[in-house]
Amino acid sequence: MGDHPHAGAPQSADTGLGAARLSDPADGGREGGRYQPMFAGAGARRRAYARAHPIVSLVAGRTGQGIITLFLVSLVVFAATQLLPGNAARAILGFSATPQRIRALELELGLNRGWWSQYWGWLSGLPVGRLGASLANSEPVWRLVEPRLLNSAVLVAVSGVTGSVLGIALGAVAALRHGSLLDNSMTVGALAVLAVPEFVVAIGVVILFSTVVFHLFPGVSLLTPGENILQAPRLLVLPALSLTIVTIPYVYRMTRAATLEALESPYVEMARLKGVPRWRVLVQHALPNALPPTIQVVGLTFLRLAGGIVLVEEVFDFPGIGQGLVNAVTDRDIPVIQFIVVVLAAFYVVVNITTDVLALLLSPRRRIPT
Amino acid sequence: MNVATNAPTRLRVRGLQVCLAGTNTDVVSEVDFDVALGEVLGLVGESGSGKTTVALSLLGYARRGLHITKGQVLLDGQEILGMPERELPALRGGRVAYVPQEPAAALNPVRRVGKQIDEILRVHEGRGSRGGHVAGRVHDVLSSVDLPTDRAFLRRFPHQLSGGQQQRIVIAMAFACQPGVIVFDEPTTGLDVTTQRRFLGLIADLCATSGVAAVYVSHDLAVVGQVAKTVAVMYAGRIVELGPTATVFETPRHPYTRLLMRAVPSLDKAEVMEGIEGQPPRPASRPVGCSFAPRCPGVGPECLSSPPVMVDLSASHRVRCVRVRSEAQRTSGRQVIPLVDSAQPGPAVLEVEGLRASFGTNEVLHGVSFRVPEDSCVAVVGESGSGKTTLARCIIGMHTNWAGNIRYAGEELSHGARQRDGDVLKKIQYVFQDPYTALNPRKTVGQLVAQPIDHFFGLARAEADARVVRVLEDVSLSADFLNRYPDQLSGGERQRAAIARALAAEPDLLVCDEVSSALDVSVQAMIIEMLRRLQAEHRLAMLFITHNLALVRGMAQSVVVLSQGRIVEEGPVEQVFEHPRDPYTIRLMSDAPRLSPAAATGSGKMPEFRADRATER
Amino acid sequence: MTSATQSGRPAASAAASPNQLRRHEWLTLLHRAAASRRGAIGLSLAGLVALVAVVGAIWTPCSPTAFLYAPLQKPSVQALLGGDYLGRDVLSRVLAGGWVLLVMAVAATVIGVSFGAFQGIEAAYLGGRTDTVIMRGMDVFLAFPAIVLALLIVGTVGPKLWLIVLAVGLGHVPQVARVMRAAALDIAERDYVKAVELQGVKPTRIITGEILPNLVSPLMVELGLRLTYSIVIIAGLSFLGFGQQPPAPSWGNMISENRIGLQTNPWAVIVPAALIALLAIGTNLFADAVARAAIGADRQVEQAFVRTEAAKAAQ
Repeated sequence: MGDHPHAGAPQSADTGLGAARLSDPADGGREGGRYQPMFAGAGARRRAYARAHPIVSLVAGRTGQGIITLFLVSLVVFAATQLLPGNAARAILGFSATPQRIRALELELGLNRGWWSQYWGWLSGLPVGRLGASLANSEPVWRLVEPRLLNSAVLVAVSGVTGSVLGIALGAVAALRHGSLLDNSMTVGALAVLAVPEFVVAIGVVILFSTVVFHLFPGVSLLTPGENILQAPRLLVLPALSLTIVTIPYVYRMTRAATLEALESPYVEMARLKGVPRWRVLVQHALPNALPPTIQVVGLTFLRLAGGIVLVEEVFDFPGIGQGLVNAVTDRDIPVIQFIVVVLAAFYVVVNITTDVLALLLSPRRRIPT
Repeated sequence: MNVATNAPTRLRVRGLQVCLAGTNTDVVSEVDFDVALGEVLGLVGESGSGKTTVALSLLGYARRGLHITKGQVLLDGQEILGMPERELPALRGGRVAYVPQEPAAALNPVRRVGKQIDEILRVHEGRGSRGGHVAGRVHDVLSSVDLPTDRAFLRRFPHQLSGGQQQRIVIAMAFACQPGVIVFDEPTTGLDVTTQRRFLGLIADLCATSGVAAVYVSHDLAVVGQVAKTVAVMYAGRIVELGPTATVFETPRHPYTRLLMRAVPSLDKAEVMEGIEGQPPRPASRPVGCSFAPRCPGVGPECLSSPPVMVDLSASHRVRCVRVRSEAQRTSGRQVIPLVDSAQPGPAVLEVEGLRASFGTNEVLHGVSFRVPEDSCVAVVGESGSGKTTLARCIIGMHTNWAGNIRYAGEELSHGARQRDGDVLKKIQYVFQDPYTALNPRKTVGQLVAQPIDHFFGLARAEADARVVRVLEDVSLSADFLNRYPDQLSGGERQRAAIARALAAEPDLLVCDEVSSALDVSVQAMIIEMLRRLQAEHRLAMLFITHNLALVRGMAQSVVVLSQGRIVEEGPVEQVFEHPRDPYTIRLMSDAPRLSPAAATGSGKMPEFRADRATER
Repeated sequence: MTSATQSGRPAASAAASPNQLRRHEWLTLLHRAAASRRGAIGLSLAGLVALVAVVGAIWTPCSPTAFLYAPLQKPSVQALLGGDYLGRDVLSRVLAGGWVLLVMAVAATVIGVSFGAFQGIEAAYLGGRTDTVIMRGMDVFLAFPAIVLALLIVGTVGPKLWLIVLAVGLGHVPQVARVMRAAALDIAERDYVKAVELQGVKPTRIITGEILPNLVSPLMVELGLRLTYSIVIIAGLSFLGFGQQPPAPSWGNMISENRIGLQTNPWAVIVPAALIALLAIGTNLFADAVARAAIGADRQVEQAFVRTEAAKAAQ
């Protein structure tokens, strides 16, 4: 008898931000609402388990989906590269090649096999680490890509972390000083910078710090062969700066919006009415609820960076996988393209899983079922 | 001025004014009242009256966009409004506490419950109460509202508690630091009747024993009548009447209060509810004279020229009306609705037999059977969770997971609306609860009402349009409304449009699901009265679903009482209400708040809440 | 009861003309967006750049492809922006280098948004397996950063302009589909849609009559966002060399070509870069203004923003 179950809870941080996520959450949230599971019994058991162990089931579910995604991605890439007129052999040999020479190279590179066969050859080599050889220069793919991978990883990490930290700090400040001149100017500024393409920012950075205005840093990041970026950090500065500038506005906007929503929420008002001092209200009440959306956007930031490096590395001649990909595409170097794209997709999957898990950990409502 | 007691005044408010930030437009103004030790003052008003703004001002707090501009709030003689910003946190929660409307929203979802109680104690009782001392206090606080004090309970998050438990925690936090004044902001909204009665008793009890002065804000007059000794009625940001609850309710002197009392549904008699036409003015568009003048039946020229001031009718009763003395006392009672002769119920329009409805594998209706005779209104009453909305949805075809038998005019109905015959769909119409989501925002009222006419009747344009105008007239919406969009309409107007849409199909059976729950009392009265008139005029059969027992009295001929998916009692309204037989119904009837002055003592002691503790987890 | 009188409500609300404007919701949105400060600034910036591009499509002071000066010649009275790395007139190239970008961006946006919206609404309406299949398919494409996808398609087939437009459009489809699907599902759950369903109206008519009119708003917002993004990607592609081929001028390409001459004649890089930036900024500001106009009431803006931000940030 008696009490109602608790009425609608606050909408803020637990919104789950479904629009930005991959498909359905592991606990079977709102996915179209009309989906009938094919095996009702198994489905019910699975759902019950999922409800009882949300973290485990989330990770398991996401990993499973991730693997399927990776598989599909590699398939799509492979198919795309096969659909093209012109092929690697022609690209390698150039315009002067005679048809016989092209044919010979094709045979040598195995390009004459049906694409299924080529794909399967590639796929089966993956678990063993046999990634094939670059079509452009016959080196093993791994040996070509590995140093680039490291350089790009450093670039992404540095830019992502710096950008996120600054974005969060500025966003929080703006939310606290909501409506002030500082807030308004920063927000409009963020809106403007947000829109500028990364390569334009990069060019701007080059103009400003390297060539025209100041001459502080090198405009290109040419490493001596064999050297990696960690050994020549000066070459990292400008590319990282460009990417950081591009990252900050996104994180800023989201942090600001999430913090504002938390500050306007009923429980923060209640905390104030309980007489909790301002700082405590902010740190213990508002921030924890503003965190999940912020974490999501940080995850998305890293994903955007994965795309951003393509252009920025070109501007700075930075030897990373972005540049590697552009070169491979120009050369129609299929194994290299394949590998880099799969790496990027794997990065995407890992980042998604991480942010989902973190968001789940921070949300007691979803973590602990009623 | 105290209400005929000798208790010292704890809270004194003089000339309180709150304006929109940066402007001179006031939201509330000229607010004066006193609350004595151990006393409860009820602050009553409809939406937009400014009662919550006043409530928050008592803590020196104004929401974003508002600014407290004038006035004094004296707590035990000490001025609150002038206090420097840094001293306010010590005041809030410590000397003046606030109990919000929705406990689920007021509790931080990511912090454990124990920590949140802990917090208010630490903040106000200083660092000296670290460690064991605070733990002991938390224990005290929880037991005072009869909640478990074990560690497991303290470690719970808010979403793991029931609504009642959450509300108790919030109340406990309010009393925890022994404040001088507590402000309750509609705290029983969303609670069922029995829990509500328990809380009102708890509040009255705690106030009396601890000497706290309380301000109880509500739109529900009956609830206020049960808990408050003095009542202040607010309209358009001003207090229009203030006095002892019994006096104000029995002999209201302000025209608005009078009309309000006539709009409140009565549980004990079948009376006509009279709504109030029009709407309260927004802060920016208040008329020069009395704000109520446009809607006042006794308006005179002096009402329009300048704003009225408070007139003392007696030592304890004040009214803000210039005509209060000159106006003759209108003592006409409310019109009584004649009893319908239910001896011969007509043939059944709707028959429900053995209805079992489920959500997934969870059964919520366990074999419900009843009938709705033609030209008669059957009310279905129940609390939240009783299954009444599911029942309505099964009948209308929105909910398809049911078994059993539903017959319309003898013919069995399919489970879902998709499978039903067009004729059946036309004859059974549904009115939604929330007028704010029931109308397509991209369509005009005219288009909305024309749609069922076009769909079911396929008339020529001119004739269809004429019908639209007729239906709108039926619900008292003039032809002006044809081209208006829903966001240009008030809540009451929207609900009228929704009802017009349902009537446009010329149904035999109208299913009304909590159609007035989202509306103010005066608007609700109009809607319900309109429905009653329409039911009689069009000889409709009606299925009226509600949790508000008092509405049933004025609306239905027979009633079905639903509890946890089962019918516990049914019969003619008079019989069930006057002589209930089932224990659930008996309890429901006794727990429902009434407006009768006899109940307005404000100090009812209800210790029963302790006994029910065992039933909560 | 007699007809209701509306005390306290100005008579103007029943005026015909504001309501007539309301019939065309997209017009109202644009109007309101342009009236806001952000929108006005954005519209002017983007408009200015568009004007430059349009003028240049018709007229340039000199031929954009002729070799008129010394390479990287500094600006002078005749050559206001100097010469590029091959000695061509920078001003003329700048004027002529924008309209193709504009046309391609608009085309890619329209294609991407229409196809994406169609897919999203279809997935929402059909539900079940079709829904799952469509959305999972979309998810695969989301795993590619958009530029990588475009690069893949364009870089391997060749820089044909129509292909670039298609590739960029395709890049928009997953996100637009997801947003529109969510919006359509949200609306389909509303009471007013159920009210019409209860009358037995056919699903097709429900979609056209009840759901689509309410989707105009999110659609407009998406159009704005996607346009900005199209501009950015197409400019980026042309920077990489996958756009208009030399000697035809295009802003992205000019930046890439003239980089070596940054010390000598930076204008050949600065001006096209600035134009791209201003165009993108202007479009973004206006798109943001449209989004704000769509959301409406001030109080809920921040709340709804948290949700739309997340959707936008997932570009």
